[in-house]
Amino acid sequence: MLISSVKVGEHFYLTLGVFKLHAQVFIVSFFVIFILIVFSLLGTNKMSQTPRGLQNFLEYILEFIQDITKSQIGEHYYRDWVPFIGTLFLFIFVSNWSGALIPWKIIILPEGELSAPTNDINTTAALALLTSLAYFYAGISKRGIRYFSRYIKPTPILLPINILEDFTKPLSLSFRLFGNILADELVVSVLTLLVPLIVPLPVMMLGLFASSIQALIFATLAAAYIGEAIEEH
Amino acid sequence: MDSIISAASVIAAGLAVGLAAIGPGIGQGTASAQAVEGIARQPEAEGKIRGTLLLSLAFMEALTIYGLVVALSLLFANPFTNQ
Repeated sequence: MLISSVKVGEHFYLTLGVFKLHAQVFIVSFFVIFILIVFSLLGTNKMSQTPRGLQNFLEYILEFIQDITKSQIGEHYYRDWVPFIGTLFLFIFVSNWSGALIPWKIIILPEGELSAPTNDINTTAALALLTSLAYFYAGISKRGIRYFSRYIKPTPILLPINILEDFTKPLSLSFRLFGNILADELVVSVLTLLVPLIVPLPVMMLGLFASSIQALIFATLAAAYIGEAIEEH
Repeated sequence: MDSIISAASVIAAGLAVGLAAIGPGIGQGTASAQAVEGIARQPEAEGKIRGTLLLSLAFMEALTIYGLVVALSLLFANPFTNQ
């Protein structure tokens, strides 16, 4: 009897007009969004001056995200970007952990399987491209046309490299997250294939740790790119 | 699948991860050694050093992950086989 198996690159396709969607990603993404909304609603519906329970926890998370943003973007402008960085961090974090903690394999799809939305390259590429848009918007709205002067700094010789950087940033962001999460899930599934009980547990713990670090890194890097674009020279 | 292509893909996948692991391995070792040294010299800065170390380790890890992505795409989504 086969207890577990490794499947990569199999998707449960859903057609919407001319587009083919990876339905398993959408199902888990909406689940993650639902969890986040429910938690924020529960934590904020009876707010009090002295926070207790869930409200206290949510305030702690908010302060954590404010700290990340402030340390990368700086005291003056970080407020505008806390929602964006926070959304990235929380979505990636909850996605990664939901893929590891919730026994999705119980639900059997006709094709493919439910897992963390971030182990699909499309999700991470979308998040990375949003980050690109965000830092372009940040730079142009803050400094206008002078934003483009950073392409010829420190010398005009570096122009090609500076342009190339705009492409490598989203590429490395998306590949890093995608590769890490997929690698975690692959290692766990290969180990469960070999030894189904107990032995994969330490690796699962390592996976939880690594995926939380990846969420932190994605948020930190996005904030760093935005901070770099805003910064005056 | 053409057997030569599949054989080459498997070897290439192994090489991709293996070679990509060398550099980051050395780098992570150096970084951790320096961090331990820093903590030994200044134990009160441990929290800050640990945070920075984890962040930079993850950056180095990413380089191996690029190799892994190449290996995975060779193994599971090989563009050279016409199915």
